[in-house]
This record gives sequence, C-alpha cells and structure tokens, in this order.
Amino acid sequence: MNPLAPLGRLVLGFLAETGRIALFTRDALLQGLTPRYYLRQIALQFFRIGYTSLPVVALTAFFTGGALALQIYLGSSRFNAESLVASIVALGITRELGPVLAGLMVSGRVGASIAAELGTMRVTEQIDALVTLSANPQKYLVGPRLLAAVISLPLLVAIGDTIGIFGGYMVGTHSLGFNEYAYLKNTADFLKLDDVTSGLIKAAVFGFIIALMGCYHGFNSKGGAQGVGRATTNAVVSSAILILAANFVLTSLLFGD
Amino acid sequence: MTAHIVLENVEKRFGPKHVLRGLTVSVAKGRSLVVIGGSGTGKSVMLKCILGIIRPDSGKISVGGQNAVGLRGAERDQYLSRFGMLFQGSALFDSLPVWENVAFGLTHGRNMARGRAKDIAIEKLAQVGLGADVGALYPAELSGGMQKRVALARAIAADPEIIFFDEPTTGLDPIMADVINDLIVDCVKRLGATTISITHDMASARKIADDIAMIYRGQIIWSGPANTIDRSGNDYVDQFIHGRADGPIKMDVLKA
Ligand SMILES: Nc1ncnc2c1ncn2[C@@H]1O[C@H](COP(=O)(O)OP(=O)(O)OP(=O)(O)O)[C@@H](O)[C@H]1O
Ligand SMILES: [Mg+2]
Repeated sequence: MNPLAPLGRLVLGFLAETGRIALFTRDALLQGLTPRYYLRQIALQFFRIGYTSLPVVALTAFFTGGALALQIYLGSSRFNAESLVASIVALGITRELGPVLAGLMVSGRVGASIAAELGTMRVTEQIDALVTLSANPQKYLVGPRLLAAVISLPLLVAIGDTIGIFGGYMVGTHSLGFNEYAYLKNTADFLKLDDVTSGLIKAAVFGFIIALMGCYHGFNSKGGAQGVGRATTNAVVSSAILILAANFVLTSLLFGD
Repeated sequence: MTAHIVLENVEKRFGPKHVLRGLTVSVAKGRSLVVIGGSGTGKSVMLKCILGIIRPDSGKISVGGQNAVGLRGAERDQYLSRFGMLFQGSALFDSLPVWENVAFGLTHGRNMARGRAKDIAIEKLAQVGLGADVGALYPAELSGGMQKRVALARAIAADPEIIFFDEPTTGLDPIMADVINDLIVDCVKRLGATTISITHDMASARKIADDIAMIYRGQIIWSGPANTIDRSGNDYVDQFIHGRADGPIKMDVLKA
C-alpha cells in the first residue's frame, strides 16, 4: 500500500470538512440571520449564552488579573520597572487575555451545550420534525444562537476586562504595596480606547465561532448518545483551536502596523 | 379516484448502502395506504423522501400533480404545510410543554397568535383523549403511549390534507395500540386526509388500511386492497403476515 495514502486521506478529509463548514456558514448567514425572527428563542439564547456565562467569565477574569499583576511585578522588579505593573495588566487583559480566556471558557460551557442540545434534537428527529412543521431549523435554532453569542461575548468581555483590572488592582494594592490612587491613575493614563475595542471585536468573532461550531457539530451528529458525545467534544475542541488561530490573525491585523 | 401521492422509480443510496431500489407506489386521494415490511427495508426513508428531508438520488415524486423533489424557500414551506407527520420516535420537542408542541406548526409555521393556537392545541389534545392539564406537562413527564398521542395531536393540529404515521403503535401495549388505531381511523375520517402509515403490526394494518403495500429490499413487491392481503398469493407477504422465520425472506442476522 502507498505510504502516502493515509496522509492524502487526512488532507482530503480536512478539505471536505472545511467545505461542509463553509456551506453551513453560508446557510447560517443567509437563512439563519434573515427574517423571520423567533424573538422568544433569541431572548432565551441571550439568557443562556450571555447571562449564565457571567460567573465563569467574572471568576476567570478576576484570578487572571491577580496572577498577571503578580507575574509582571516579579518580572519588572528585575529591571526596577515596577511602575509598569498597572498599565501592563490593563493592556494584557483588554487586548489578549480578556477575550481569549472568556472565549475559551464560554466555548467549554456554551459550545458544548449547544452541540449536545442540537445533537440530541438531530438524533431524536426533532430537527426533522421542525422542518415538517414549516419552521426552518436555521432560523429557529442557528440564528438565535449566533446572534446571542456574537452580541453577548463582547458584553461579557467588557465586564470581564473591568473585573480583571480590578483583580490586578486588588493584588497590586493589597500584597504588592502600590498606592491605590497611583495604580488607578497608571491604568487610566496608559489604556487607550483602541485597546478595549480591539478586544471587543475579537470577542464578537469568538462568539460567532463558538455558536457556529456548536450548531455545526450538533446538526451533523449521528448515531445516538455516542454520536452526541462526539459532537460535543468536536464542538469544544474545534472552537478552541479556531479561537486561538483567529486571535493570532486578528492580533496581527489589528496591531500589525 | 385520482392518485394523490405518486412515487416512481425512487432510488436512494447512503454510501455503499442501497436503500431504495426503484420504489414505485401511489396513493389515491382520501385513501389510507399501509406499508408493511421488515426492519431496515427503507420505509422511514421513503416517507422522508416525500417530505424532502432526504433527497432521493433519482426518480420522481409528485403530490397532487406537483413535483416534490428539490423544492426550496417559500415553495417548500407551502408544500410542507399540506402534511402532518407522526415520527417513529415521536420526536416531540423536549424543551417545550405539550401544548406548545401541539401548537408548534400553527405558531411557528403559520404565525398564528399563541392564545388562539393554544385553544386549538387543547381541542386536539381532547380529540386524542388527553385532558387540558396534560398540556402544561413536558414530554419527558409522559409515558410512551401518551407521547404517541401527543405526537398524533401535533400531526393533525393544522388539519393537513396528507398525514404520515411512522409506526404509530410500536412499543405500546395491545390495548393502547388499539386506542391509537381508533384515533387514527377517527382523525382520518374527520379530516378526509390521504394517509400513509408504516407498521409491523398486522392487527393495526388491518384496522387502518384501505390498501396495503409490502416493501422488501427497497421495492414494493406487492400491493392491493387490504381485504385481499390473505389471498395475495405472494410468498413474501404470507411469510410476513404470519410472522414465520422460514420462507423466502432471509433475515440477514449476521450482516445486520
Ligand atoms: N440519514 C441516513 N444516513 C445513512 N443511512 C441511513 C439514513 N437513514 C436511514 N439509513 C439507512 O437506511 C436503511 C433503511 O432505514 P429506514 O429507517 O428507512 O428503515 P425502516 O424500514 O424504517 O426500518 P424500521 O422498521 O426498523 O424503522 C437502514 O439501513 C438505515 O441504516
Ligand atoms: Mg422506520
């Protein structure tokens, strides 16, 4: 047997999957996000995706901000540059860690639950039942989730940014001995609007990725409980990888020059 | 009597698996066709092809003279609004209470106001012998028989002209099965609908069928009026209706 055959199969499989995802994305945008809108579903998804993710995002941000302040203090003290702690914490949180960590945490929570829910609906023929009842599954299931995730994630990240900076402030003023006023002034002086908006743009993209991957893998799951389990895993893994890749691309686009 | 639903030479493969092999069948308007046949012979796939959930590889499907393959958008919605379907596993929406399940086609497919749709749902639930109090429960809180009845109420909620019943009595006790059979006969009479039912249960088939067709390996191998099934002169049919392990139908036990 040709030793290159498995490699070829892998590449072909990857290309086929990419094509399927592209087609699904097209349907999601053209059908899912156009009228008619199921307002109850949209409201429900805002609650599930946005509101219920708040505690996870808040806790992640708080501890990350604290740890960041500690690390940067330890590093910068080698160059007698401790005064940079506040501004670097703020930059790190708003530009990178806020959106990326929130994206990853939400993909674990929300991406998994979307894939499990839609996967179960697929294997129990509930999605077929939607079709026969003249409700387009793209509009009823995919659209509301995409919309809620794309709008919720920037809001979550904005809250997370604030809490993360506050975490850094708590560590900075309570255990590193910074003056409270000076810490806040340093944060405010260095932080630019661009730093925050770039992070929020990233967050919106990550929200799109999370909902899309959850829906795609859920819709395409087959074969009972095991299939749904596989869909859930695939949704989380693929959205985590896509988030990290997209983050790299967005960082180079947004801060490239 | 004009043919309402016509399938001609419908073929469907899933990868290497050849499921429908030139399936040809038709149902006259207002008649009840029962399709019998072994597990995995393509009965559910046939219904899904008519509904456009599965796209056949080739062949013609038409309903009331209108081509049914490859419809999109508004045309498809319009087409589907003529059907009611009871799925093999009920396929109730487990995130919605019973009455919203029954009313779903009205509220989401046809934009009816929720208040009015709820009244209709309660009325349909009553027709299948369920009280208004059941409407507030969730599908997971119901027994299998009650779920089938809710699924039946959902299938008839929009007064469709065509109804498909995919194994409506499988997994029910004989009495409940007979209750469901009566409900089907009753509903169909009331609506004057054209129906296709799938069943393994000969008692049920005899009760609800005007005509019976037997499917074997993706083809219709016999069809005729229900009262001629015992005189079909077809060995496959005889083996199936008497439930014998020996005969021309060999179960691919090892391959399955
Ligand atoms: N979406 C699908 N993808 C791949 N194979 C499928 C799909 N749907 C059905 N099949 C296959 O087609 C064959 C026929 O399935 P179908 O559900 O029509 O059987 P059936 O006649 O309804 O059987 P049963 O009486 O057990 O319900 C089966 O072998 C099944 O595995
Ligand atoms: Mg079946």
